[in-house]
Amino acid sequence: MAEYIQLPEDMSSLADIETTGEWKPFWEGLQRSEVLIQQCKSCGHKQFYPRYLCTACGGEPDWLTFEGEAVLYTYSVIRKHHQPPFKQMSPYIVAMIDLGDGVRMMSNVINCDLDEVEIGMRLKPAFVEAREGLTVLYWQPAQLVGDS
Amino acid sequence: MSDRTPVIIGIGLSDYPVAPHLSEREHHAQALQRALADCGIPKRDIDGFMTFKMQEESENSVAEYLGINFKVFGGLGVGGACFEFHVQQACAQIRDGQCDTVAITYGSDLYTRMGRSLGTKGAWKASEVNTTTSSFEELYGSNIVANYAMATRRHMHQYGTTSEQLAEIAVAHRFHAGFNTNAMYRDPITVDDVVNSSMVADPLHKLDCCVVSDGGGAVIITTAERARELKTRPVYIHAAQVGQTHWNISQMPDFTRTAAADIAPRLFAEAGLTPDDIDTVQLYDSFTITALLLLEDLGFCEKGEGGSFVEGGALRYDGRLPCNTDGGGLSSCHPGMRGLLLLIEAVRQMRGEAGETQVRDPKFALACGAGGYLSGMGALILGTEAP
Repeated sequence: MAEYIQLPEDMSSLADIETTGEWKPFWEGLQRSEVLIQQCKSCGHKQFYPRYLCTACGGEPDWLTFEGEAVLYTYSVIRKHHQPPFKQMSPYIVAMIDLGDGVRMMSNVINCDLDEVEIGMRLKPAFVEAREGLTVLYWQPAQLVGDS
Repeated sequence: MSDRTPVIIGIGLSDYPVAPHLSEREHHAQALQRALADCGIPKRDIDGFMTFKMQEESENSVAEYLGINFKVFGGLGVGGACFEFHVQQACAQIRDGQCDTVAITYGSDLYTRMGRSLGTKGAWKASEVNTTTSSFEELYGSNIVANYAMATRRHMHQYGTTSEQLAEIAVAHRFHAGFNTNAMYRDPITVDDVVNSSMVADPLHKLDCCVVSDGGGAVIITTAERARELKTRPVYIHAAQVGQTHWNISQMPDFTRTAAADIAPRLFAEAGLTPDDIDTVQLYDSFTITALLLLEDLGFCEKGEGGSFVEGGALRYDGRLPCNTDGGGLSSCHPGMRGLLLLIEAVRQMRGEAGETQVRDPKFALACGAGGYLSGMGALILGTEAP
């Protein structure tokens, strides 16, 4: 029986991170269960993580809500970690998630069996409130066991 | 008109792999002393200085400690590749007449200070500064090994590369370490030993990962003109090229291709050579996958064929492409940034001073440092004769 990968109840020990400045709309979007990426107003280039400028042409990025499914680009399994919440999460999956058009982000894949994880699997977002004011983006199988 | 062609004239390594009697700055100092003694240049003649610190206050404070008042200074930080970046700058400055003699130094007491588990234990920290790394990577509990493991997994997926093929790299480097009395690990290992060693981050095993050690080095570069009056044999720098595709691993455009693929055409064009002309390579081997990607990206085999290329002892000193003849980072010495140490091994090969693992009559060596997370790449082609 493969191990089932899920987050522990208590994720409050995640370290404080920067959620202000040019990254603020992204983190605010997660609180509304929206994944915001950027698209350049001038050249249409899409990018993540959020930046003040477009990495392709130097223009001004606009915000775009990601719709649809993402795809697992690659991953690794970490079996041991010394500090919470990762100690309680172990084993856990660190993965790169393709959102299409060259947009890719790191995340954890959750809510699946360890041996179900494979490159190319389709994923949908999971929005997890780690603590007051910090909602974190994870990814889970597009078709969860029990989904109809 | 004097010959301002830059040449490497002096090299020195500080005590390694475990040197509790040396601090970081003492590694710099001991390596510099040895490089000066190697070539016989008086310290006062050094008018260019380049380094990158680990824990020390600043690159300038290292210069102060060493007593170097420079005309040209470089503190470029590109992780393990910064010393190849320094060589590129040093060559330009020497050719241009901005300075005559550049010392590049490195020192690290990483093992003595932190112990062995840097790649796994040191990763998750409540970052003191908020960075793209902390907000978009550390948040997910990634660590150094997992970053490289993701590149490995993707390479396996796209090209069918196996753990056994990657293990061949570790086995060849360990074979070389057996001849290096200073190497951290010297007992021979087999492919089975590698693939049966504990899994650190799938699919990378413990023996796919470099050692954590202390160590340091110094390289002195001067003009061919000046070298004529010195006792050591000059080693010529035929090409020096650098590049970067990303810094954080999550921004790597293609996890199977590094900036070395962009560098290679420029590098071989500058030298007027092809990969077939290279007699030995000294490649960054933080992990087996690092060396494999560099072999492909630098053009020693096609993309995706690195796995079969390294099979059958191809990387041994008596094989098709001798690689990391001192045992490399995988078995000998990796104090955090190995770029200067692999350059020194390339110089030893060019001088015919590599001992038991000396490649027969080499004319050209390629040294490639890799910094960050398969990010910043710096490659050099060295030769025994003038370009």
